[in-house]
Amino acid sequence: MTRVLAVLEQRDGKLRKVSFEVVTAARRLTDAVDAIVSDTSDREGCATAIAERAKAGGYRAVVFAATATGKDLAPRVAAKLGVGVAADLTDVAADSSGFLVTRPVYAGKALVKVKVTSQPVVLSLRPNVFTPDERAASVTPETVPVTGSGRVRVREIKAAPAGTLDVAEAQVIISGGRGLKEPANFKVLEELAHAFGGQAAVGASRAVVDAGWRAHADQVGQTGKTVSPSLYIAVGISGAIQHLAGMRTAKVIVAINKDKDAPIFKVADYGVVGDLFEIVPRLTEEIRKLHG
Amino acid sequence: MKIAVCIKRVPDSETRVKIAADGKSLDEAGVKFVMNPYDEFAVEEALRRKEKAGSGEVAVICLGPAAAQETIRTALAMGADRGVLLQADKIPADPFEAARLIAAELKGASWDLILFGRMAIDDYNHQVGPLVAELLGMPCVTAISHLDIDGATGVAEREIEGGIEVVEFPLPAVLTADKGLNEPRYPALKGIMAAKKKPLEVKPVQPGAGALEVVALMPPPARKEGKIVGEGAGAVGELVRLLREEAKVL
Ligand SMILES: Cc1cc2nc3c(=O)[nH]c(=O)nc-3n(C[C@H](O)[C@H](O)[C@H](O)COP(=O)(O)OP(=O)(O)OC[C@H]3O[C@@H](n4cnc5c(N)ncnc54)[C@H](O)[C@@H]3O)c2cc1C
Ligand SMILES: Nc1ncnc2c1ncn2[C@@H]1O[C@H](COP(=O)(O)O)[C@@H](O)[C@H]1O
Repeated sequence: MTRVLAVLEQRDGKLRKVSFEVVTAARRLTDAVDAIVSDTSDREGCATAIAERAKAGGYRAVVFAATATGKDLAPRVAAKLGVGVAADLTDVAADSSGFLVTRPVYAGKALVKVKVTSQPVVLSLRPNVFTPDERAASVTPETVPVTGSGRVRVREIKAAPAGTLDVAEAQVIISGGRGLKEPANFKVLEELAHAFGGQAAVGASRAVVDAGWRAHADQVGQTGKTVSPSLYIAVGISGAIQHLAGMRTAKVIVAINKDKDAPIFKVADYGVVGDLFEIVPRLTEEIRKLHG
Repeated sequence: MKIAVCIKRVPDSETRVKIAADGKSLDEAGVKFVMNPYDEFAVEEALRRKEKAGSGEVAVICLGPAAAQETIRTALAMGADRGVLLQADKIPADPFEAARLIAAELKGASWDLILFGRMAIDDYNHQVGPLVAELLGMPCVTAISHLDIDGATGVAEREIEGGIEVVEFPLPAVLTADKGLNEPRYPALKGIMAAKKKPLEVKPVQPGAGALEVVALMPPPARKEGKIVGEGAGAVGELVRLLREEAKVL
């Protein structure tokens, strides 16, 4: 039977949500899925260990999440196996002679369907696209010792302040743009995020990141993060093509903008035209009532 | 400091994507091509490192069609010393093939640093840098937004979910540049003039077939027609109702 190796990630001793997505997608390809958990401190040693495990186990495919860690790790492992990565996939299917995968290209303005026939096939999956099923949690991960050369060493991780959720991982994102007028006004978006009870993050357009109002880590778009939350609320963002590149795969998009012709309304499922400073606080009140 | 920078010629990010008649590729008619924006950060970083060291060389390497000479000239105008075009009619669909060709070109010389962009904005592969690093057996740090070099040791910062990773590595090394690393300079008129006289070597290459075959290039699924719920704060009640009852996300 075709065997697939799923590479999982952990943080603070717990498997990350994206890892369940990886297992779910791997199970679409075969019933024989083994899992290995990657250690992030010695990336080189980790890549060597995964590649050796992949070779020894005769796996047909190795599946990663296209997270910051996965994007770094997958090509290293692939190169050791003499192949490239079919990266950042939004769909995967087994095919008689290989795998048929789909990935967004040209900043999400097109999708490319690719047939991958390498031996093995190395895949990375876009986070938040594959919905994890309950069976995903029943996988038993394996631990393999890492004895790497350790040339590259993670010296320190400067964690974001406790309680802040990364935009790449949030289920709800409230993003603000130049329409916010000044950095202090992001407080209205933070209040709205807070009303969602810890599952929402505040994102930003490049215009406000370049202006120094928000950190680059919060930037959504072509030169920022690619996100696929359940709900994306764009506030005072015009909807430039490079911004859309990062969020057009969100499940539901809401736009709040005073210009009824703003391009963001073309991709939004629901739009409210008007002054964000009146609309957002009202929305915060309503959400508070729901989560109250 | 001897530094190589790999740059890719890509469609400008404003490009309207039109699918060619073969159903598998971009219709390039009227498309404006530019240097991949992340590679601009890489070129800038190389120039700054060389300037700081007081001597050295910055070579740019590009795998692409004849027209990519223009992309190389842009890097030369920014201040790079020489360029190499690995000329192929088409950039291979399999990034491993691209990495192999680039690694073969880099192999001969001893570089202190080899710089890449974090990813190309056309294919979103984010892998040619680390693939080349593996092929050359060099240490590699990806997606760096800050870099300090002291002698033969470098310290770089890279964004990860929920924080910033501080990574230490030995030189020579392969690095891939993220936004935030620096502000790329614009080529000055003097640089543009000087670039015309700088060496640009063209080497024809034959990419292998690779193991990735494009079956189709398609428009993204159209988002279903959205609606304007209303104007002003008065529309919020209806918005919340729709998000709960229709979209079911609340
Ligand atoms: C190579 C490249 C890469 C890029 N990468 C990115 C990227 O990763 N992410 C990104 O976001 N951009 C990116 N950009 C920039 C992009 O082209 C836009 O310039 C940027 O997204 C605009 O940001 P904005 O929507 O906040 O500002 P603007 O375009 O100025 O829009 C502000 C909006 O706020 C609205 N507004 C103003 N006041 C109010 C109010 N009181 N109430 C409600 N609405 C109001 C206005 O109607 C307007 O639509 C990139 C550009 C290039 C060339
Ligand atoms: N055809 C190419 N020629 C030169 N460099 C390239 C080429 N393709 C990719 N690169 C380099 O590899 C980086 C990552 O590209 P990619 O893996 O395609 O997303 C780019 O930013 C470039 O630095």
